[in-house]
Amino acid sequence: MLGLGILSGLIILPLVGALFIAFGLKEDDAGTRNARWVALWTTLAVFVLSLFAWAQFDIAKAGFQLVERKEWLGQAVVYQLGVDGISMPFVLLTTFLVPFCIVASWESITKRVREYMIAFLVLETMMLGVFVALDTVLFYVFFEAGLIPMFLIIGIWGGARRIYASFKLFLYTLLGSVLMLLAIMAMYWDAGTTDIVKLLAHKFDPKMQTWLWLAFFASFAVKMPMWPVHTWLPDAHVEAPTAGSVILAGILLKMGGYGFIRFSLPMFPEASHLFAPLVFALSVIAIVYTSLVALMQDDIKKLIAYSSVAHMGFVTMGIFSGNTQGVQGAVFQMVSHGLVSGALFLCVGIVYDRMQTREITAYGGLVNRMPWYALVFMVFTMANVGLPGTSGFVGEFLTLLGAFKANTWVAAIATTGVILSACYALWLFARVIFGEVTKPVFETIPDLDRREMAMLAPLVILVIYYGIQPGPILDACAASVDQILKTYQAAASAVAKTAALAP
Amino acid sequence: MNITTQVFQIPWLSPAIPEILLACGALVMILIGAIRGQAMQRVIEMIAIGIMIIALLIVVGYGPGKMVTFENAFVNDAFARFMKVLTLVGSIMAILLSMDFMKSKGIEKFEYPILITLATLGMMMMISANDLMALYIGLELQSLALYVVASIHRDDAKSSEAGLKYFVLGALSSGMLLYGASLIYGFTGNVNFDTIAKVLQGKAATGAVFGLVFLTAGLAFKVSAVPFHMWTPDVYEGSPTPVTAFFAGAPKMAAMALFVRVMIEAFPGITQQWQQIVAFLAIASMVLGAFAAIGQQNLKRLMAYSSISNMGYALVALSAGNQAGVQGVAVFMATYLMMTAGVFACILSLRTKDGHAETINDLAGLSQTRKGTAFVLAMLMFSLIGIPPLAGFFGKWEAFAAAINAKLYILAAIGMVSSVVSAFYYLRIVKVMYLDEASVTYRQGAPEVNAVMGVTFGFVFLFFLVWGPVVNAARVAAKSLF
Repeated sequence: MLGLGILSGLIILPLVGALFIAFGLKEDDAGTRNARWVALWTTLAVFVLSLFAWAQFDIAKAGFQLVERKEWLGQAVVYQLGVDGISMPFVLLTTFLVPFCIVASWESITKRVREYMIAFLVLETMMLGVFVALDTVLFYVFFEAGLIPMFLIIGIWGGARRIYASFKLFLYTLLGSVLMLLAIMAMYWDAGTTDIVKLLAHKFDPKMQTWLWLAFFASFAVKMPMWPVHTWLPDAHVEAPTAGSVILAGILLKMGGYGFIRFSLPMFPEASHLFAPLVFALSVIAIVYTSLVALMQDDIKKLIAYSSVAHMGFVTMGIFSGNTQGVQGAVFQMVSHGLVSGALFLCVGIVYDRMQTREITAYGGLVNRMPWYALVFMVFTMANVGLPGTSGFVGEFLTLLGAFKANTWVAAIATTGVILSACYALWLFARVIFGEVTKPVFETIPDLDRREMAMLAPLVILVIYYGIQPGPILDACAASVDQILKTYQAAASAVAKTAALAP
Repeated sequence: MNITTQVFQIPWLSPAIPEILLACGALVMILIGAIRGQAMQRVIEMIAIGIMIIALLIVVGYGPGKMVTFENAFVNDAFARFMKVLTLVGSIMAILLSMDFMKSKGIEKFEYPILITLATLGMMMMISANDLMALYIGLELQSLALYVVASIHRDDAKSSEAGLKYFVLGALSSGMLLYGASLIYGFTGNVNFDTIAKVLQGKAATGAVFGLVFLTAGLAFKVSAVPFHMWTPDVYEGSPTPVTAFFAGAPKMAAMALFVRVMIEAFPGITQQWQQIVAFLAIASMVLGAFAAIGQQNLKRLMAYSSISNMGYALVALSAGNQAGVQGVAVFMATYLMMTAGVFACILSLRTKDGHAETINDLAGLSQTRKGTAFVLAMLMFSLIGIPPLAGFFGKWEAFAAAINAKLYILAAIGMVSSVVSAFYYLRIVKVMYLDEASVTYRQGAPEVNAVMGVTFGFVFLFFLVWGPVVNAARVAAKSLF
């Protein structure tokens, strides 16, 4: 259509919805109501469109599919889109999660609803763009542009310390990204193009790789976030509105991991091999340290935020283990964490809407009044812990397996993180759900209503389905992961050979 | 016989038609103003805008290639045309932005558009200057007009102070520049850029390097690069807002074009020498501009520091010293011009009975009272930070890519980090508009101000569509210097 493919459609469609809300609707109550519906239908349409893309996607092929290409700055910088086995799951995750965000904001957002919906639709475009862009400049454009709506979402509709949190998010992320931008420029002059397909075939000088890797690492490590640059995340999560937290944990954090797999591993294999111990060290610290920090939190959202940092530690560990289990596990872990942490934030949002507090001590005994809620919350808590049978288990197990092959000690220490995650998650569950109802306000608290049920049910089903049947995601990324690892392992063994030859 | 023909020979005028047009136009406007007086204000404004548009069309209409006239003192090449287009656009927008403001303050003077025209003429001379004499003539014509314009609100103490400060410091810098020029002339024996370049080929005479330093100091003053920036915040704050808008736009285009031409055309043999100076100026400007703006409350002062740091980014590109660098300067200046003009258009569209928005707090809650303006201003702020897909990002991309190409990694890294620091104060404006509660209600802006706002916003917002063509034009411009 119009010379554009299905992936362009995915990017443009939310913008069309946003433009319609901005110019097609009046600024009255009816306009506000319609803004919600327009946003919901738009995001659902995007989801359906992404299913079409999935239907056309051939999981047996390793290369990029559904590729579209247009000149932008001559032939050097191109508007090029495409998906492979690594980006496809993230595209689906994004299109799947955004409608939940709209539904979650249905009643909790009461001021400036139109602007809110516009911001979310623009944000969806930017997130999808990150995953389908096949040009580093285009990638950077989407990667950075997403900051604008995110800054506004936290800044306008956030909690009490929203201004601090939004500035911190923006400045931290920007600082990492500008270094990546310099690296992109250096790659442009070295390879003469910013086309990712061509850059993947280009061989960078190992010495240059080191610097490029560090620059990309600066950006992705902040985005992931890895210890010690994770401190923006708890603040952003606590202050963001529920839907903002869902997007942040569900998708924005995945951009870092996606970037590592897309750029660092295949383009700078020597440097990745060189720096793998550093990443292992940081990942292990993140897993253990942030789990301990999570234990001591009073705020439910902050606790989940720290647990996200710990779970992302598994991802980075898996990616840089450099073997099939590790990388596939990392992709799976990211998708699973997107569902689980998104769902957990939705659960927190539900009680927050009723009680206007996120203090753990303010709750207790919810199971007596909200049995359905307790059940759903339990499923997600267990998935967060990594109980076998939930999707959380598969990812953690595979990344640990990969890490075990690469470095036994890393796997051994990281496994303690699994135990610690059980500690904080179960303790949180116990304090919020169990116990006696002591506070009179809980006497009348209603259980999940239909909207909330409809919102959580698909997530429960998927979390359990992928726990029992992880095949679909793993198969989808298998071919692409193998191809990336081929270059990586070739480089790693070459390094080992030269090291052996050296006197 | 031969001598007489040479004396009476009329130089080839066609390369300088836009300049001649502006000069004649200015004289006509003075005549009209002198005879008919203040009643002709609107007419004179229209004439000024009209002849600038015609000049713009002529500049665009020149075919490709390089033309030289007036004994090699005046050059009309692709680079000159590119920068002249920017300068003229800046001047036209400056007049449009001033009309309503001057009227509301009761300081409408028919001299204002005439002075802008004369300043523009000086700028175009600067851009086309190919020897040290033409350089100085252009520079002084521009500066003298600007000194007067700065103090156009003469009953206002701040405006007079701004004019005086600008004049005293400007005279000092002109002195330094002249001293440098005389040293260069003394050591190379010529004032023509091409000849200077030939003489300095390969070896750097110490005296000429001394001259270069003084010359650079004078030029750095004109582009308000640190440490010659002292005048900028005070002059920006003191001058009436549309005058500030003018200062931040067109003169910077001309001064930067002159800077580029002098360095690339006259001193290509001693790139090593001037590269260090320019890199230092760039670092100092970016860092000081970023940090000093944090504490500012006054919007105009803030924009002064913003333009200091932006000049730093342009100098990053220049310090690359190659074709990519010149291309970077050209694209960056284009985006900078439109962003600054847009910001000032937003400020000027916020008017109450008593005056215009002056401080950051005047913008509080603007997203509720004036949605459109707030959105435009917010996008301009994100663009100034360099967030894609806005124009500022592409400008920075061109500027910093040039530095990376020349392997100036540290310089580029410092620039990028300082741009993150500057993000803080740009974001503060967004925060005040979107996150705070409304305090003042503003009347709608004047139509011509809104028009400037719309055009600049369209350019900034949709720049990604014209990135290719703009870069191609800049590439042709840059090539003409090598």
